[in-house]
Amino acid sequence: MTDSKYFTTTKKGEIFELKAELNSDKKEKKKEAVKKVIASMTVGKDVSALFPDVVNCMQTDNLELKKLVYLYLMNYAKSQPDMAIMAVNTFVKDCEDPNPLIRALAVRTMGCIRVDKITEYLCEPLRKCLKDEDPYVRKTAAVCVAKLHDINAQLVEDQGFLDTLKDLISDSNPMVVANAVAALSEIAESHPNSNLLDLNPQTINKLLTALNECTEWGQIFILDCLANYMPCDDRESQSICERVTPRLSHANSAVVLSAVKVLMKFMEMLPKDLDYYGTLLKKLAPPLVTLLSAEAELQYVALRNINLIVQKRPEILKHEMKVFFVKYNDPIYVKLEKLDIMIRLASQANIAQVLAELKEYATEVDVDFVRKAVRAIGRCAIKVEQSAERCVSTLLDLIQTKVNYVVQEAIVVIKDIFRKYPNKYESVIATLCENLDSLDEPEARAAMIWIVGEYAERIDNADELLESFLEGFHDESAQVQLQLLTAIVKLFLKKPTETQELVQQVLSLATQDSDNPDLRDRGYIYWRLLSTDPVAAKEVVLAEKPLISEETDLIEPTLLEELICHIGTLASVYHKPPSAFVEGSRGVQHKRLPARAVITLVKRTGLSGSNMGAGLGVAPAAMPASLGGAPAVGGGLGDLFDLGGGVGMPTGSYVAPKTVWLLAIKAKGLEISGTFARRGGIIQMDLSLTNKAMSVMTDFAVQFNRNSFGLAPAGPMQVLTPLSPNQTIDVSLPLSMSGPVMKMEPLNNLQVAVKNNIDVFYFSCQYPLSLLFVEDGRFYRQVFLATWKDIPNDSEAQFQIKDIHLNSDVASNKLQGSNIFTIAKRTVEGQDMLYQSIKLTNGIWVLAEMRIQTGNPNYTCTVPRIVYASLLHSQ
Amino acid sequence: MIGGLFIYNHKGEVLISRVYRDDIGRNAVDAFRVNVIHARQQVRSPVTNIARTSFFHIKRSNIWLAAVTKQNVNAAMVFEFLYKMCDVMSAYFGKISEENIKNNFVLIYELLDEILDFGYPQNSETGALKTFITQQGIKGQPQTKEEQSQITSQVTGQIGWRREGIKYRRNELFLDVLESVNLLMSPQGQVLSAHVSGRVVMKSYLSGMPECKFGMNDKIVIDKQGKGGTTDDPGKSGKQSIAIDDCTFHQCVRLSKFDSERSISFIPPDGEYELMRYRTTKDIILPFRVIPLVREVGRTKLEVKVVIKSNFKPSLLAQKIEVRIPTPLNTSGVQVICMKGKAKYKASENAIVWKIKRMAGMKESQISAEIELLPTNDKKKWARPPISMNFEVPFAPSGLKVRYLKVFESKLNYSDHDVIKWVRYIGRSGIYETRC
Repeated sequence: MTDSKYFTTTKKGEIFELKAELNSDKKEKKKEAVKKVIASMTVGKDVSALFPDVVNCMQTDNLELKKLVYLYLMNYAKSQPDMAIMAVNTFVKDCEDPNPLIRALAVRTMGCIRVDKITEYLCEPLRKCLKDEDPYVRKTAAVCVAKLHDINAQLVEDQGFLDTLKDLISDSNPMVVANAVAALSEIAESHPNSNLLDLNPQTINKLLTALNECTEWGQIFILDCLANYMPCDDRESQSICERVTPRLSHANSAVVLSAVKVLMKFMEMLPKDLDYYGTLLKKLAPPLVTLLSAEAELQYVALRNINLIVQKRPEILKHEMKVFFVKYNDPIYVKLEKLDIMIRLASQANIAQVLAELKEYATEVDVDFVRKAVRAIGRCAIKVEQSAERCVSTLLDLIQTKVNYVVQEAIVVIKDIFRKYPNKYESVIATLCENLDSLDEPEARAAMIWIVGEYAERIDNADELLESFLEGFHDESAQVQLQLLTAIVKLFLKKPTETQELVQQVLSLATQDSDNPDLRDRGYIYWRLLSTDPVAAKEVVLAEKPLISEETDLIEPTLLEELICHIGTLASVYHKPPSAFVEGSRGVQHKRLPARAVITLVKRTGLSGSNMGAGLGVAPAAMPASLGGAPAVGGGLGDLFDLGGGVGMPTGSYVAPKTVWLLAIKAKGLEISGTFARRGGIIQMDLSLTNKAMSVMTDFAVQFNRNSFGLAPAGPMQVLTPLSPNQTIDVSLPLSMSGPVMKMEPLNNLQVAVKNNIDVFYFSCQYPLSLLFVEDGRFYRQVFLATWKDIPNDSEAQFQIKDIHLNSDVASNKLQGSNIFTIAKRTVEGQDMLYQSIKLTNGIWVLAEMRIQTGNPNYTCTVPRIVYASLLHSQ
Repeated sequence: MIGGLFIYNHKGEVLISRVYRDDIGRNAVDAFRVNVIHARQQVRSPVTNIARTSFFHIKRSNIWLAAVTKQNVNAAMVFEFLYKMCDVMSAYFGKISEENIKNNFVLIYELLDEILDFGYPQNSETGALKTFITQQGIKGQPQTKEEQSQITSQVTGQIGWRREGIKYRRNELFLDVLESVNLLMSPQGQVLSAHVSGRVVMKSYLSGMPECKFGMNDKIVIDKQGKGGTTDDPGKSGKQSIAIDDCTFHQCVRLSKFDSERSISFIPPDGEYELMRYRTTKDIILPFRVIPLVREVGRTKLEVKVVIKSNFKPSLLAQKIEVRIPTPLNTSGVQVICMKGKAKYKASENAIVWKIKRMAGMKESQISAEIELLPTNDKKKWARPPISMNFEVPFAPSGLKVRYLKVFESKLNYSDHDVIKWVRYIGRSGIYETRC
């Protein structure tokens, strides 16, 4: 007899019949009836009306029947909370059953009944089960705490279950440990600031021991939990790495990926010159490649993660290009991901092979895949300069195939190649022009028009070509319309005599007959430019364009860092932070990679360090000028001594005087001067807005461009009253560090846009790096010296600060006001040596040594020269 | 964690629906049906996000399995779990089909309750599960207290994959080295990529809790031993050993021991399981070489000639050889002549399929075909998919050799010598393609 028949009962009056059967005296009949109920429930029928009858069947010795009833209860208890109470007694009784399987079943099911009233009754049995002698019951009870927490968090805290759960981390049974870790991790996620998962070297050691012994799933829970730990030094992180690496040979891909996550994260803390660091890098490649022989779905997850790993540490897989070659039978989602990684790994060494492959792919059947392959050829050209010529000729071959979408895609990428290598491949324009008629996709049309406009002077019939597009102007998409407008203006500026009529025509089409405000605005701007100042128009329209680079395809460093912390999870599959797809408080907490113990003036030090490292390296030239003309040399020294008088001056961060950032003549009468300050850990931008125009200004707003440290206004700019002529208002704008990050040149450059009722104005200013020194910048004293010695010499800088008549204590005090902390002081042969540390908002540490010779007004300082020069001098 | 798990038939009807978390509503079942199973365009990713809910799916024949979540779960774990779920189901009732699922839905719910708690995967080893989740209902229920605690300690224990007290009159084990050799070759005969992915599958029928040690001709191990021994000829041992790029092991293998000593030691599960997987890329024996020659004669005719050469010991026989030569979509007729085996043009598959039952090593065979084409105005050129091959050979193309499998069981009185051991090597074609 089979169970499938239960799915086929669809007659009327069914519920009534079932009711009778459920109340039958015969056990077999009862069980049959419950099975029918469950089958109906599965296909979505509402059988909640049978609640009391089903619950009546609960009291039974038949485990199978009991499980079925429980299943029903879990589904419907919420809709019948009062009735659900009827079940409580049986649960409580079952929790005392001599059979551990039944005890566990009861506690497991009880946690799934999400009725508030039941939870009170659950506490006592749960408490017993958490201390049960049988590990099977304990491991089930551990998960039950997480269930209860999900229903009533307060209750769990009040009852002290969290502490019991923490104790289970030391349980003798590995599976209990694993489940306790899983439960605690989940609970901790909804309490971001709690100290629930109090990870310390002792607990970590317990987890690592359990790791060797528990099930594959338990290993995943433990590894995912380990990834949240921050080792206190590089030695600890190395020892954890050593104990995690064996997991890379596990048959379960999720274990492998979670291990990779732990290693990628902790590697961040290892000094790069360490032998072990190199060994670890080598160990990572083979398991990542092996993941590609898993089932297709897992391959997809692996490839999405490899895409991140390759961006973060290209060296790991740089020799493994071949394994990412697309197989004919790969599912499309695997093919597309492989293609992406191929481009990331493309280099001068392997480009010939890559191109040959890409050319193969461009003849496949799947349209999306072919398009991506063609695009990939273009990206190779942009990434590997030496290959550009070969790429272009490959693209031309593809254009010859006349396959419509291939041609269009090729033209789009050729446009990018032109942008990257101007004046190099224009000889192909003629071939492109031949295909003008076949272009029907907006992006390709826009690209072609751009090319015609940009190289109008070399295309004899450019005017005819553009004119042909103009006929159907209003049927084109906005993208094409905008491009056409610009192209014709370019053409006019290059060949003014023949194209006057054409430009008139397009300007009137854009300004008078269009509903698109962007198009109209652009039309008007061109029109006015051309009519008032043709020379300026030329400068604007034909301005030199910034080159594009392959970096545009890379994931933003901060996001990449966060995603690396989420390897193996959905975030790494979507390439989005969890907050983008998870509701509520979970996942809002941003994870970060640990900063390398010390990041000094090394040229490139991993992601978090790269901006800073490179920045400090290039900064000397840029910085002094940037500090608002701080009196670095000569004349300004007088102020310095005045300002820097007596000992015991109030500590506080140094604030530079305001300087003018935006001149009134450039901003229709609005003058802005300002400075930056750090007050009690909050970064502020102090602005003085002066109205030098004749009319009142209102509606002020401010916005920042992306910048090196992600500075962004923490709220809107509060200018409450209108600014009347000749009035000045001081505004303090609190800033946060959560904005988008992009490396600026110089590093501390900030581009600001200020809007008022009149217009939008742009200016750029530079903030002192000391703005970014955080209050907890005290480095661990014990490891300071060791770390200091580990810094390679070439990443050190030395310089002198002249004419400072302060003794070491005063200097140290002053610097502390700006969050530069003196960790240790030594006196050697009449010289005071100060050892200092600074921590930046993005977690980078800077260590410094300052030598002060008594009586000598010149300080010798090792490392962060820029910072010191400005701070000491101006206080 | 996993919020819910659904199983659908090919029409999108729900066969099994188990919700673990409150944030997954009943409408999630329908969302997946509408947006994935019934989607107008085939979904292009195994992970789909619909209204902030993520769906992971796999397909087994025409059955869909979907896991649902609203959290940032470990995606690799979810897929591994879905595969495991399939393994467990097949171990209980065979093929995963609509009929079998409907017939066993009570069992499936019981399993789902056991192996997934609040969305956290728990012990899912069939060996352990079968001790207390049985199809016979109460008949199989353990009665004594000892039996009960033995079950729980096994389910949660360090050796969750094996129960105590197994007895065989004859202690026996079978080792299958199953390799699939993958090749992508250019028309000119250049190897673009080649690798072997191998599996060591073990069937163990051993009493007690035997401690096993497995040895193979791993280059790292042989080299290490070569250094120790003085009389060994280094050239000889170097030739016989193979370089393994990477390997993964069943959870019974002590990974830390492999990491430190590179020795493979374990207590095996009872019955059949996969001991290890490995991958090699160096010095692979490519059993067959395919030499294609395609000539386009005008616009309506193609001449294809394909030569295959077997490249292994003449005493060995390859079996089930099949060469698949793709033909253009506008093929109107094909004439084939082959020296050996049978060849047929299969219009529905757009290919000429050439089958040879057996072929000894160091032989060669040839097929030539004339393909008539319908004239088309399609500008697009024929993509020329690669020529693919299938075969089976009685050796391991990677060169892997099992050196020993030692069995120690201290408590019972049988020794390594009493165990009957069988080893078999099978090399199969994976994706074995030559571009033309």
